[in-house]
Amino acid sequence: MKKIERAEESAFPARREGTVPLLEIMDLSISFRMYGEGLAQRVLEPISNLYLRVYPGEILALIGSSGSGKSLLAAGILGILPPNACQKGRLLYKGKDLNPERQAALRGREIALLPQSVSYLDPLMRVGAQVDGYRKPFPREKRRSIWKRFGLPMQTEKMYPYQLSGGMSRRVLLSTALLSEAELLIADEPTPGMSLEQSLEALRTLRQEADKGKAIILITHDIDLAASFADWMAFLYAGVTVELAPARDFREGTQALRHPYSQALWRALPQNGFQPIPGFQPYAGEEIPGCRFADRCPYQTELCRAALPPIRSLRGGEVRCYHGT
Amino acid sequence: MVLEARNIFFRYGRQQPWLLKDFSLRLDRGERLSLLGPSGCGKSTLAMLLAGYLQPERGEILLDGQLLPQKRCCPVQLISQHPEQAINPRWRLRQVLEECPLQQEDLLPRLGIEVAWLDRFPRELSGGELQRFCVVRALLSGAPYLICDEISTMLDAISQAQIWQLLLREAEERKLGLIAISHNPQLAARISERVLDLSCLQQEG
Repeated sequence: MKKIERAEESAFPARREGTVPLLEIMDLSISFRMYGEGLAQRVLEPISNLYLRVYPGEILALIGSSGSGKSLLAAGILGILPPNACQKGRLLYKGKDLNPERQAALRGREIALLPQSVSYLDPLMRVGAQVDGYRKPFPREKRRSIWKRFGLPMQTEKMYPYQLSGGMSRRVLLSTALLSEAELLIADEPTPGMSLEQSLEALRTLRQEADKGKAIILITHDIDLAASFADWMAFLYAGVTVELAPARDFREGTQALRHPYSQALWRALPQNGFQPIPGFQPYAGEEIPGCRFADRCPYQTELCRAALPPIRSLRGGEVRCYHGT
Repeated sequence: MVLEARNIFFRYGRQQPWLLKDFSLRLDRGERLSLLGPSGCGKSTLAMLLAGYLQPERGEILLDGQLLPQKRCCPVQLISQHPEQAINPRWRLRQVLEECPLQQEDLLPRLGIEVAWLDRFPRELSGGELQRFCVVRALLSGAPYLICDEISTMLDAISQAQIWQLLLREAEERKLGLIAISHNPQLAARISERVLDLSCLQQEG
């Protein structure tokens, strides 16, 4: 059994006073207009009050259960939401407003997505040709060396996407993202289906890219890996940012964390007690006036149910809770 | 009762290399085994062979010395990595559970399933909620063996712990034979008594 190696402690040099974040998101909400029964329409709001910042040279891990709006956020940043979506709030890229025109100009060039689903591959194109694309200079040799590193056999080049296993297609997608020259990389679940060694290699590669000055948003379920390789962790619950914390706080344990949800996540890990809290994350369509975690929270009060707590600074991180200490 | 794979050989097509070559495995009822290994080494294929979804080219899968029955509910049930692909999208979940040979009302609250979910369609539930139905369905089949193919990789840590705690409790009570496929060595150590690493198979093949 291999122990996950720890990322070196960085002192967050990018976060000195006056440095502009590469991407800053403030009070973002994304809602959908959907048809219910017949012609009745209803509005779903899977993301609300979302808040995060990422600086060049950093990996920000976005942690949250399925249905907490992580992948949707990626689409929101790139401006590729479906037409029935409505987006509110502020997105700043390099300190300037990230409007639809700018998103269209930047995506695929300065901002790249490492998609979650294998269905982003063209099913009718051989994998090698597809990853090389029309880049100049032609990246075949570079791509082959990346593949070698990821342990992808060379005959994979000639295969079609349906012939790849889950883990192989993730590695193919990852190599695509590594060939791009983007400054901001959004990696949406890059590791499921990979073995531990392969995931570690993938994360090490992302870490190197960040150390070269890229900013990486790592969307993942795998908290162990995220805590080992990321600098910061953003915890989402039902589409709301509940805590922003340096990753070393998660490695330290519950006493260093700020929000009851992130503490509950820590305790549920197989190596930390494997103790789940009861209950479920609220459904995306549910309207909840107060804190969305209140139902499952041991510290809940009437105030929690009445109004959503504001996000506030606490011990070098940020938390959206009245009780966090 | 014992589930056995006896010297099985399997490959996807005659041109392909053997994925499983002269592979044998034995699991007693009440035993819990974890399979670890890199992607593409044949873990899921082995799961499908043991549950009767695939037939080995040579060798046999035996339950108490008998081949797996071809009709009715298979006594070796597979819980898939993708719950959304394992449930009929056009059935309400009530209907999904009505199909099971056993009916046991008290199981639902014990597995954390809310009654209101029964009237929903699969797309109206999250992966973790849907996976609970797959677990219930497998338990209600009355099968003595369950194979869990990465059933919690797509879940967050809390849902993962919820599902495994209840599955372990049921396995204990019903003396189920359990095979869990996982990439997470910590999880494997937590849920099983024996861990089998399949990575060596690949090198031989």
